[in-house]
This record gives sequence, structure tokens and C-alpha cells, in this order.
Amino acid sequence: MRHIHLPGTLKIAFKLLVNDRTKFAALLVGISFAVFLMIEMTSLFAGILSRASSTVINIGASIWVMDPAVQTVANTIPLPDYVLDEVRSLPGVKYAVPLYSGSALLKLPDGTYQAANVIGLDDSSLFGRPEISAGKIEDIFAENAFIAVDDSEFYKLKDARIGAEFELNDHRGVIVGVAHVASSGLFGVPTLYTTYYRALQYIPNTRYTISYVLVEPKSAADVANIQRLVKEAGYLALTKDEFIDQISRFYKYQTGIGTNMLIMTLISFVIGLSISGQTFYTFILENIEKFGALKAIGAKGRELVSMILFQAAFVSLTGYGFGVGLCALVIWLARLYLPDYAATITFGNLALAFAMVVIIASFSSYIGVRKVLKIEPFDIFRG
Amino acid sequence: MSKCAIKAVGLNKWFGEGEARTQAVKDVSFEVNFGEMLYVVGPSGSGKTTMLSIISGILRPNSGSVMVEDTDIWNIGNDQLAEFRLHKIGFVFQDYHLFPRLTTVENVAIPLILQHRPWDEAIAEAEKDLEIVGLKARAQLAPVKLSGGEQQRVAIARAIVSRPDILILDEPTASLDGDTGRNIVQFVREHMLTPERCILIVTHDSRIYEFADRIMRMEDGKLAGFDKQSAKGNLDAQ
Repeated sequence: MRHIHLPGTLKIAFKLLVNDRTKFAALLVGISFAVFLMIEMTSLFAGILSRASSTVINIGASIWVMDPAVQTVANTIPLPDYVLDEVRSLPGVKYAVPLYSGSALLKLPDGTYQAANVIGLDDSSLFGRPEISAGKIEDIFAENAFIAVDDSEFYKLKDARIGAEFELNDHRGVIVGVAHVASSGLFGVPTLYTTYYRALQYIPNTRYTISYVLVEPKSAADVANIQRLVKEAGYLALTKDEFIDQISRFYKYQTGIGTNMLIMTLISFVIGLSISGQTFYTFILENIEKFGALKAIGAKGRELVSMILFQAAFVSLTGYGFGVGLCALVIWLARLYLPDYAATITFGNLALAFAMVVIIASFSSYIGVRKVLKIEPFDIFRG
Repeated sequence: MSKCAIKAVGLNKWFGEGEARTQAVKDVSFEVNFGEMLYVVGPSGSGKTTMLSIISGILRPNSGSVMVEDTDIWNIGNDQLAEFRLHKIGFVFQDYHLFPRLTTVENVAIPLILQHRPWDEAIAEAEKDLEIVGLKARAQLAPVKLSGGEQQRVAIARAIVSRPDILILDEPTASLDGDTGRNIVQFVREHMLTPERCILIVTHDSRIYEFADRIMRMEDGKLAGFDKQSAKGNLDAQ
């Protein structure tokens, strides 16, 4: 086994830190808890944002054409049919298909009602179809056929095996397949796929019926031109990433969710900063005479600074590791018991928490360094 | 004749400014030779500790110079001064200032570790010095588990581990009972004082005067004179 060879002064710093078990534990608990809260909050938000864009992610179209007033994929504003024809005629468009996205109330065989999200795919291409895990995709063309998505809300359809029936707006519906998708929805309702025209027949609609026109450009270079031409026609064309960003912005800035999460994250940061700053300061104060003695013996200022920085870095990184681990464990446990628990640890979450931990470590070590550099060895002599 | 180890010339040190100015050391000059054990005595506030801090490179004087061997220590940079203290001076602080979270042997090894000696080598050296002070069996204990006299000996082992030319003990008997204090100073005299080393002890404990070669008296920051220890243990004013 290979050992890490620390310089002697850092080894002393390490022993001073970890052998003071009470303070070391307090520091670790403080930082771990702060990191846990920060990552948990931001992961929940990331999970919410991801699920809010689930339809966009699952359908996977390159360009989405919509009414300019649309803010999220769930709040559709139906488009006239001629928009589909107009988009299809634009230069650079390889193909364009309609998509229906709406909600419906299902009456299940046991007599209970369940809200569901219904996606109507283009009849001729089935563009945006999910990955089938049971049954065959072509069965979607059968009479009354629907494909149920096996996500965290699937169980709400009760006995949703192939052949199971339900009522939708007095129409008979039959499950002909079960599918998997990349992302579950945000609103806690199951998702059903069917054809575009069946969706229009089964669900009461407004005068205009197309929720979105999905566009595949001939090349990436055509995207900007398509967007410009769609805008000239009075509509909005967003790429998949732009649409996801727009949905994220809506939830961040127009729902209060983002602000609340930000406040909670900042509170977690302040808690971590206070606990670790205070504990580290006490730790330095208790050892201040010893640091002064080291200075008198012949330790240079930069050696003492490196000892303190090492202590702050070690405790912060260890706390960060524990915090991340704890958060992963809690999310894993939560998902075992709450299938629709929306939390996703992203690299962004980890980086944000890491940056905050670096600030906590810098702040803690700053007050320690200040104190230690101020101590005069003469004060040690004077007692 | 012994070689001069320390030569202090015209040392002055004051604290504060204006009406609040207090002169702690006033025009003090003296020499200490290798192989000599010098006591600095005087009432509280007489400037003993301040003077000792100046000659050990810890407190900068307002005027005057301190030559240690051939080095004017107050004319060198801060890093060189730290190096000087690390290699030339061994300190035994009044309150010992041992690290409670390190073992006894690790405490003793600190000066060697600060000299960037490899950890294992520093620990091995420290164990040898713990043996000299009779505490090898207690090497792995925390200092808080040792008695006051044992802690004093650990502090002495730490002071000598880097083989310094000058050993400085600040009130070494202040926290010890009479017998233990005497034993400690006798031990220092017998085992630590060599022809290549001088020892300076700040004290007001007259019970240990008998171990001094010379006793330097300070009053109100001034050098009041030297007393030479006679064979009978009496003090003869010089």
C-alpha cells in the first residue's frame, strides 16, 4: 500500500486537527450538513427543471414551432393547421410534423378517475415515439390504442398491462404497449401516447388543434434561417435546448420556486459558513499560543499559513465528500419510497456546492491566518 | 578563556508612545560565554523577559545590537531570523507550550520537523533526547498525561533536540514544587551545559541560584550588576 508523504509541518497540522476529535467532528458535521443541504436544494430544483422539460426531452425534436406566448411545454397554445403547411414549405426544412400535447381524465376499470398527459404523435411518421418495452409500436394504429409510459407515475394507471381498458371522455381506450422514456413528467400524472388524430377525436379541443410543429432541419446551418422565417410568420421556433432553457427560466423566475430554492441554498451556505467559521476560529484560538510557540521556535509565517490552509482544506474537502455522499444516499432512499421524487445531482450542483465550500474554507482559514500571523512570539514569553 | 557566545550592546526597548511610553530595557550591555550558565534575575517588571526576547531574536530592540557568534541578529531578514532561532536557540517556555494533541515524542521532534528533517528521522532523534531526560517510556503519551516536572523535561528535550548553541529557560521552576524545580535545574546544569553551549535562565527563584555561574540583576529595565556564585552557594557582588 502506498502512503501519501506529507511534509512534516502538514503532518503536525493534520494531527492537531483530527486529534481534537470534538472540534473535528463539529467541523465535519457543519460542513457536511451545509453541503448536503446545498446539493439537496439545488438537486431538487434541477430535478424539477428536468421534469418540467420532460416532453421536450422525450420527443427529442430538433426544432419546436409554437405560439410566441408559450412559456412551458405543458401550457400549449394551439396553432392553426396552416402553420404546419407553412413550416413544411420553408427552405431548409427536411420535414415537419404536428404534435398534440394535452391532458385528459381517465376513468379506470375500478371506477376511479385519474388525470393523464396524452401525447398525440404524427400518424404517418410517429415522430417522437417512445422506446417500447412491451408490445409493438405498430399496434398504436389499432382501434382505441394507447401506449402507456412506464415511469414513476405508471402505477397510478392501476393494472396497466397490455389489453387493459379505460374510458376517456366516453371513449374506450385500450393499452396496446408499454414504453420507457428518458424523463418522467413534473406534475405527477401518467403519460399515454397515441396517434395525433386519435388524440383529437378523444379529447375535446379548441378551434385550432396543433400543440407544436416539430421540425427537422436539413442541416444545422439551416436552423437560424428557419427560426428567422418562422418569426416573420408570427410564430416562434426554438431549438430543443432553447426550449428547455425557456422552460427553466420560467420556473426559475416566474414561479417563485427558483427564488425559494436559492434562498434555501443561501441559508444552507450561511449555516455552513457560521458553523465551520466559528468552530475553526475557536480551534485556532485554542491553539494560538502553540502557534506562537512554533513561531518562537523558528516556524516561518508561510509555514504556519500553509498549516492552517491545509487544515481548512482537509476538513472542507472531507466535509464536502461526506455531504455529497449523504445527499446521494438520501436521494436514493427517497426514490425507493417516493417514485416521483424529483431530485437530480448534476455536475452544476456539485460545482456550486464545491465553490461554496471553497468560500467557507477560505473564510475559515482567513480568520485563522489573520489571528496566527498577528500573534507575537514575545506574547508567549510574557505568558 | 571561553569564546563569547552573545554580545549585547546598548539595548533599549520601549513600548507605547508619548505619555504612555514605557521603557522596558534601558541601555543594557553584557556578554555571555559558551560553557556558561547565566541567570537573569530581578523583580517583576524589571525587563528580564523583554531583554531575553531581544537577545533570542524574538523582539526587535529600538536601539542597540545583539551579536551571536559573528551574526548581528537584528540586521538580518525575518526568514533568516527564524532560521537563526530554529538552529541556534532552544526555548523552554514558562508554560511549556506543549501540543496536547500530539504525543510526547512528536512534541519533542517539532524543531527537527521545522528544519524539514524526514518525519521518521525526527521522531527517532526525539526519542533519543527523551531518553536523556528519562522519559522514553512515556514517548507515546499525550503531554497532558505527564506530571508538571515531566512536562518540563519534555520541554527541555524539545529545546535541545536541534542541538542549539544557546538554551533559554524562562522561569523553569515557576510551576514546580521546590524539590522538582531544583532537580530540573540541576539536571540542566549537569546534562545540557557543554563547552559549546551557554544557558540563560530567567528566574526569581533564589533556591536555584547555586547552579548559576553568574547572576545578572536587572532593576527598572537597567542592568543593576552581576553576582558571581561562590563555592558555598553565596552570592558575591561583582
